[in-house]
Amino acid sequence: MNIPENLKYTKDHEWARIEGSIVVVGITDYAQGELGDIVYIELPAVGTRVSASQGFGTIEAVKAVSDLFAPVSGEVVEINSKLENAPEIVNDDPYGEGWMIKIKISDPKEVDTLLSEADYKGLF
Amino acid sequence: MEVKKTGLYEVHRRLGAKMVEFAGYYMPIQYSGILEEHKRVRTTAGVFDVSHMGEIEIRGPRALEMVNRITINDAGKLSVNQAQYSAMCYEDGGIVDDLLVYHRGDHYLLVVNASNTGKDFEWIMRHKIPGVEIENTSERITQLAVQGKAAPAILQKLTDVDLSQIKSYWFTEGKLAGTPMIISATGYTGEPGFELYFDHAHSENVWNRIFEAGKEFAIAPIGLGARDSLRLEKKYCLYGNDIDQTTNPLEAGLGWITKLDKSDFIGREALLKIKEAGLKRKLAGFEVEGKMIPRHGYSVQKYGQVVGQVTSGAFSPVLEKNIGLAYLKTELANPGETVEIEARGKVVPAKIVKTPFV
Repeated sequence: MNIPENLKYTKDHEWARIEGSIVVVGITDYAQGELGDIVYIELPAVGTRVSASQGFGTIEAVKAVSDLFAPVSGEVVEINSKLENAPEIVNDDPYGEGWMIKIKISDPKEVDTLLSEADYKGLF
Repeated sequence: MEVKKTGLYEVHRRLGAKMVEFAGYYMPIQYSGILEEHKRVRTTAGVFDVSHMGEIEIRGPRALEMVNRITINDAGKLSVNQAQYSAMCYEDGGIVDDLLVYHRGDHYLLVVNASNTGKDFEWIMRHKIPGVEIENTSERITQLAVQGKAAPAILQKLTDVDLSQIKSYWFTEGKLAGTPMIISATGYTGEPGFELYFDHAHSENVWNRIFEAGKEFAIAPIGLGARDSLRLEKKYCLYGNDIDQTTNPLEAGLGWITKLDKSDFIGREALLKIKEAGLKRKLAGFEVEGKMIPRHGYSVQKYGQVVGQVTSGAFSPVLEKNIGLAYLKTELANPGETVEIEARGKVVPAKIVKTPFV
């Protein structure tokens, strides 16, 4: 299972890459593998305010539908619009081209509540 | 209760299948991915391990009378080596199970849903008549379904039996891959192909021989995930989703196997009354507008009122649309009619369409 060291994680299998005040969010390799073929991802509009641990979108896979949870609170400043027509990118490259949203973090201290790579590995 | 393994469990593990518990067995839900597997069966061929299915044999001088008493289709119409889709009903017309009935000459073989094998066997034993013997042989039999346009050519390489002579819903007993088996021109995908029944001791050998023969046709193993979307595109009912003890075969669109004019059978009185009164609801197929996949249990609405529930739903890889089935009031069940599907706080439009979808 691919769990990059330089990322933070949630117990709901999202990853977060901290880039200053911006947090890039996606789902982990484990999550995409469990979901199987992804056919639709519903993302929030740019400008939407999201809260840590609250749903920010949904992901429809052939097998099941599930919610996406925000790792941190803040404002959505960018979404990956490529996923609208090619959601399978998340299956192919969950940590790269398959990123989902960028959040401008409102409380930087929330980053400390996220799981490290070692913490996340410990869930399995 | 311990989860059972089919004779191919280790093979599935080696192939990297995702295994799930289904009907008391560890079964492969997918290998490479549901969409890819689905398309493989629609374009070339795939192999399903469906050894979890139940097999019940009924033999003896009154076997036909017994089978006709418990099933709704007319087993009396079967010639030796012919198979028939049928169902068993409760007295009130609700469905015990849907099944295949094989006329094997000296006995009838009933192939039932894995999740119902125990219940079906008890139901059959409860209605046993003198002069028949009933045996549950499920644990000894491996069943493989080889389905798709290339399936006949692949299997023909492994047998001297002329497979082109086996018409749809007929079968023969012969050797394939050196193994004695039932070779049945049946399936749950709507594609050409065969279902093979043989002693589980030969599971791996037969599996391997089929994959060797099928290599040039890009044959692939197919899991239960694609089995579900393949059958749904053809509107084949799935017990537990589209049919169960609360639904009757007439509203499920299975009137064509409900032979009310044959000799008396369990459920006949009730089904006659239901037919005379006119159907209140029907199992209808719909397409969703948009990208939400309808799923079992989602509510169907019209003008804000709940008018039914989704029984099955899937993304159709062939149509590239989201499709489903639901019981709807008869007046809402006609192609062209519009409804709405509600799930997770969202409502999306859907249109009733003709079935099969594909």
